[in-house]
Amino acid sequence: MPHSPYNQHKRQDAMKNLLFDENMKMANLILVNPGLILLLPRFNIPLGFGDKSVKEVCSGHGVSTDFFLLVCNIYTIDNYVPPLEKVLATDMGMLNCYLEASHSYYLDRRLPHIANHIARMTAEMDCRMGGVLKRFFEEYNNEVVAHFKYEEQYVFPHLKRLLAGETDHSYRISQYSPSHTNIEDKLDDLTQILFKYLPEEVKAYETIGAMFDILQLSEDLKKHSLIEEKVLIPYVEHLEMEAER
Amino acid sequence: MKLKILIAEPSLIITEGLRCILHDDPRFEILGTADDLPLLQERLAAHHPDIVIINPGLLPYAAQSPANAELPEGTFSVAIVYQYFEPAYLRNFDAVIDIRDSKHNIIATLTELDHETSNKHDSQPDAQELTKRERDILVLVAKGLMSKEIADQLNISIHTVISHRKNITKKTGIKSVAGLAVYAMLNNLMNDPTTPETPPHGGNVV
Repeated sequence: MPHSPYNQHKRQDAMKNLLFDENMKMANLILVNPGLILLLPRFNIPLGFGDKSVKEVCSGHGVSTDFFLLVCNIYTIDNYVPPLEKVLATDMGMLNCYLEASHSYYLDRRLPHIANHIARMTAEMDCRMGGVLKRFFEEYNNEVVAHFKYEEQYVFPHLKRLLAGETDHSYRISQYSPSHTNIEDKLDDLTQILFKYLPEEVKAYETIGAMFDILQLSEDLKKHSLIEEKVLIPYVEHLEMEAER
Repeated sequence: MKLKILIAEPSLIITEGLRCILHDDPRFEILGTADDLPLLQERLAAHHPDIVIINPGLLPYAAQSPANAELPEGTFSVAIVYQYFEPAYLRNFDAVIDIRDSKHNIIATLTELDHETSNKHDSQPDAQELTKRERDILVLVAKGLMSKEIADQLNISIHTVISHRKNITKKTGIKSVAGLAVYAMLNNLMNDPTTPETPPHGGNVV
């Protein structure tokens, strides 16, 4: 959609009020949304940034400031979907590294951690009930693994080739159905089960600990899905079109 | 609670006019204005208004519908019109304000929407106990039967089964088949010795 310079200017003003910008201190960005601290390792940004601005920290670690802010804004503002023009104006070279780093964070850290919670909880339950709950989580885990594997096997290498300026006829993004509904439903179900229907013999602090981690993971995964559905797909579609030309 | 309103309208005269009309009324709070679609979307994301008063001309012509503005759930769309739009098209909006409407009518249109919101909240049923029939169906779902098979076994129509399943999900808050199987087990509904040890796989067995 074309914008008159007047509108463009006004929009930038509006963005300033709503979204993070590169000149703010990294420490303030984290204060506004402490959850963002979980994203730093995915960008290989260590803590200890003192009073440096977002821009200084990012360029110090070879991270595109625009891309970093794009992700932070998505994670902070409800329902925010960056328009395609914004994505195209951003250096997206890190997109696949970022998504892969997110995957390994979920698979190597969060899911095993939650599995431990579940194991401790089910140890206190009737073994048949505990077994059912454990299997439910294992199935969920397997679905997530399969979903990530597919993306790592087909979608990310395709993106990588397109980013390198190659044409890639071996895969089309239209073959990718990013539907995360099933996975998200199961995680929602798990929270419902944990806080509403667990037998009394399970210690509350164990359940609460598990719930806390699951809710946090669920929020994180919803934003991750949003990035895949609303940023990755339109962006790759655009790259495919460019490569055809 | 005040009704939070966002105005999406390119004309300054109209936005300021609306502001003026709604200003003294304590029931309303104007969150801001947007004069084009991208700005509207940003503001929507940031402000979560209850009502968006929107000029239909702002929406892309090809498929003019408030759905194009991607309103968040629970936000009402009110068209503000000063030129002719197809009545069928205007039915896509929750309400319509004509700029020739009186102050009284404009306020009445907006407050009626407020009543709709509160009614919506009231009519939302709290989680209740499952009925005997729903428990029977839940057990069969948990055993991995499809709606059609359940209908045959209980001698009822598939539509009835589907409507029971919707109620079960509404009452328990659980959507997936595997999740319902866990629920049934934790609530000792699976006492039948023929119950399979493993819950059904996947969540797509609907």
